[in-house]
Amino acid sequence: MKLSFSAADEQFREEVAHWLQQNLQGEFEPIRYRGGPGDEHMFHHERHAWEQRMAQGGWTCVGWPQQYGGRGCSIEQQVIFFEEYARAGGPGRVGHIGEGLAGPTIIAFGSEAQKQKYLPGIVSGKELWCQGYSEPGAGSDLANVKTKARFDEAIQQWVINGQKVWTSLAQEADYCFVLARTDPDSRAHKGLGFFLVKMDQPGIEVRPIQQMTGTSEFNEVFFDDAVCAADDIVGAPGEGWKVAMGLLGFERGVSTLGQQMQFQNEFNEIVKIAKSNGAAQDPALRQRIAKAHTELKIMRYNAMRMLSGQSGGDGALQREALIYKLFWASWHRELGELAMDVLGPQSQILEAAPYQLSRLQAMYLFVRSDTIYGGTNQIQRNIIAERGLDMPKEPRL
Amino acid sequence: MEFVFTDEQNMIRDTAESFLQEVSTSAAIRDAMATERGYDPALWQTVCTDLVWQAIHTPEDCGGLGLGYVELVAMQEQMGRFLFCSPYFSSVCLGINALLVAGSAQQQQQYLPEFCAGKTATLAFAGAAAAARGGRWDVATVDATFTTQGEHYQLNGSYEFVTDGASADYLILAARDAASQADEGIHLFIAAADTKGIERELLPTMDQTRKWARIKLNNVRLPKASMLGDESKAAERNGAQSLAVILDLATIALAAEQMGGAQQLLDMTVAYSKERNQFGRAIAGFQAIKHKAADMMLRVEVARSGVYYAACVAEESLQALQAGTPVDRAALQEAASVAKAYCSDAFFKNAGEAIQIHGGVGFSWEYDVHLYFKRAKASEQFLGTGAWHRERLAALLLDGEGVL
Ligand SMILES: Cc1cc2nc3c(=O)[nH]c(=O)nc-3n(C[C@H](O)[C@H](O)[C@H](O)COP(=O)(O)OP(=O)(O)OC[C@H]3O[C@@H](n4cnc5c(N)ncnc54)[C@H](O)[C@@H]3O)c2cc1C
Repeated sequence: MKLSFSAADEQFREEVAHWLQQNLQGEFEPIRYRGGPGDEHMFHHERHAWEQRMAQGGWTCVGWPQQYGGRGCSIEQQVIFFEEYARAGGPGRVGHIGEGLAGPTIIAFGSEAQKQKYLPGIVSGKELWCQGYSEPGAGSDLANVKTKARFDEAIQQWVINGQKVWTSLAQEADYCFVLARTDPDSRAHKGLGFFLVKMDQPGIEVRPIQQMTGTSEFNEVFFDDAVCAADDIVGAPGEGWKVAMGLLGFERGVSTLGQQMQFQNEFNEIVKIAKSNGAAQDPALRQRIAKAHTELKIMRYNAMRMLSGQSGGDGALQREALIYKLFWASWHRELGELAMDVLGPQSQILEAAPYQLSRLQAMYLFVRSDTIYGGTNQIQRNIIAERGLDMPKEPRL
Repeated sequence: MEFVFTDEQNMIRDTAESFLQEVSTSAAIRDAMATERGYDPALWQTVCTDLVWQAIHTPEDCGGLGLGYVELVAMQEQMGRFLFCSPYFSSVCLGINALLVAGSAQQQQQYLPEFCAGKTATLAFAGAAAAARGGRWDVATVDATFTTQGEHYQLNGSYEFVTDGASADYLILAARDAASQADEGIHLFIAAADTKGIERELLPTMDQTRKWARIKLNNVRLPKASMLGDESKAAERNGAQSLAVILDLATIALAAEQMGGAQQLLDMTVAYSKERNQFGRAIAGFQAIKHKAADMMLRVEVARSGVYYAACVAEESLQALQAGTPVDRAALQEAASVAKAYCSDAFFKNAGEAIQIHGGVGFSWEYDVHLYFKRAKASEQFLGTGAWHRERLAALLLDGEGVL
């Protein structure tokens, strides 16, 4: 066990920092520190342009293997990359669903043709993705999806009908990965398929949902005879659950590192405010600030442990990985409350009418969703107890 | 950067685990805690001569194994898990650390081989101020004094809450120049516990698995060579700084013990919940129980991450000392406080939940849960509660320029 980075890694750090300093300026100056939680709708076009600038420098998909257009960075280098990115105030990445979720799934489970077709668009920062899992009747109980996919022999395409909900960034996405039932008579996690679907087609309608922040980051997506090609299914019909679960593994993996650095920026801002408005002298707030600091530090070590360690032979998550989502989500929710309490009554005054939130206000509201999406805190606890502690499974009716 | 145990570290941990599982049984703990000494001396000799655990991070040229702090922390974790009643923490994490941090080469050569052979030691530093305001554990609490009298020092004063203070063979004593205040004028001395004028009083403690004592010094005369550090470099001797580093190192080792205890509580509790049936099924199947257990596991894993990181920082600090380069004090303080703040709360919360999930038997003397519950509070109070360490972090973060 050792902490220090090698000389080669430190050189890599300089390379990253230098590139960011050279590029994250001029036209991109306004988007520094923007586009984080609760701010995801802001500066979309500028951030999309930034994603492509990153691609030109070879800084998208840094953890992917080189054969798929990635940079093939070691875990250490990925840690360094995300640290420097946050230090430089790098904006929220519009490509993160493609880079962190869709791409790794296609690399792990996709065919050669799918890799050729979809990965380059993610690497170049041009094509954006969204995640079509949840439905009105399938939230925590994801296996209850009702959206149907039927293979039409006449047109030799899959035809999809149904409704997805809470689909983040669907309004901006070029593609959606959709979990749908290939066997109409099946139940639960049997008989599902995992589809790669083009958003720009007559059979798809996206309707924004306004969230408590007043903005619309997520949407309802209606599929009315939407189509995708015969070979746009990942894995075989009936294997969709396996693919979807593999993806949730990635969701808890390396892609959280960037987010953690984002947390550090938020925390630093809170500390700065506390020092300037006197909250830093309040004993109770000092305790809470120090607690947030303690747990943020440990969150980083926990991520390093998670990334250094091997998963079990059966691909099962190690204990430190199993608890990670519950830990960071609960921590972040508390950070939101801390931000408001450090700001005091000033926290209640908006930046502008009708409902323009400051970055910390948006964060404070947005964190209420951290403990809901990607498996609610209750579902996380069920998973920890059942997989980590081998306690009895929840009854299923 | 690598954040997993090496094969060798895994082996050390596994050996400790299987040995302690065998010897630190419920019956053995209860026998040991009923004695004044608080441990079984024959078993301690076995630990020292057959397993040489207490020599783990002492350099080889002083009779030790020359391993690092990560290995030490791996041992501490297992001792905490099995509530091993022994002078390991006081002798190794306080005594040996004190010599490694503050002792001159000659003092190390003189004492460490003895410690490695099984002589016990502890550190006495906290004066009356340690009891005030919910507990203070900083260097400034030292209120014992020394004066120079020809070729001797004369020490007077008293110490509170000295771990294994009544049984240790050697005492490391912190004392200040009578005219000094705060962090000034503090030095460390080593003395045989039976030196004339040292009075030791065993304090009855709620946690019986670790003994505390009050120590009084009445005109204790110690030779010049008893002051830790190199006499020829007297100007560089900074007892306060050494003491602070020793306390941070000990704090990290204590946090490891707490984490081990929290882990054991989780394991005991989950096992019990699978055996205990109510309403026609194992209580482990009730979601309210599952969720409590999941939170307990979260606390254990988070604690573990904090402790392993702190162990690496401690290791770097000891290496710096050996190389004669400066210790990164802020990094060490931060790592120690992060680990102790989190582990103190985690251990205590897990202990409380363990009682709740065990129901009535958890409240009984017969089941071991209360032993952990009591140890949890004692360890939380010792060397600074979570709140005390958070305040220390807050000062580093928020006051002045902020060094973190
Ligand atoms: C900001 C945001 C973005 C999102 N983005 C996407 C996206 O891009 N794509 C996508 O597919 N989905 C997305 N989601 C949806 C998200 O995955 C679901 O909201 C989540 O899975 C919970 O489902 P639900 O909202 O239907 O709540 P429900 O499942 O109805 O849960 C309601 C309450 O019941 C509890 N509960 C449910 N089952 C159990 C149980 N077995 N034991 C104990 N308690 C239980 C839950 O914990 C919760 O407290 C997003 C959600 C949010 C808030």
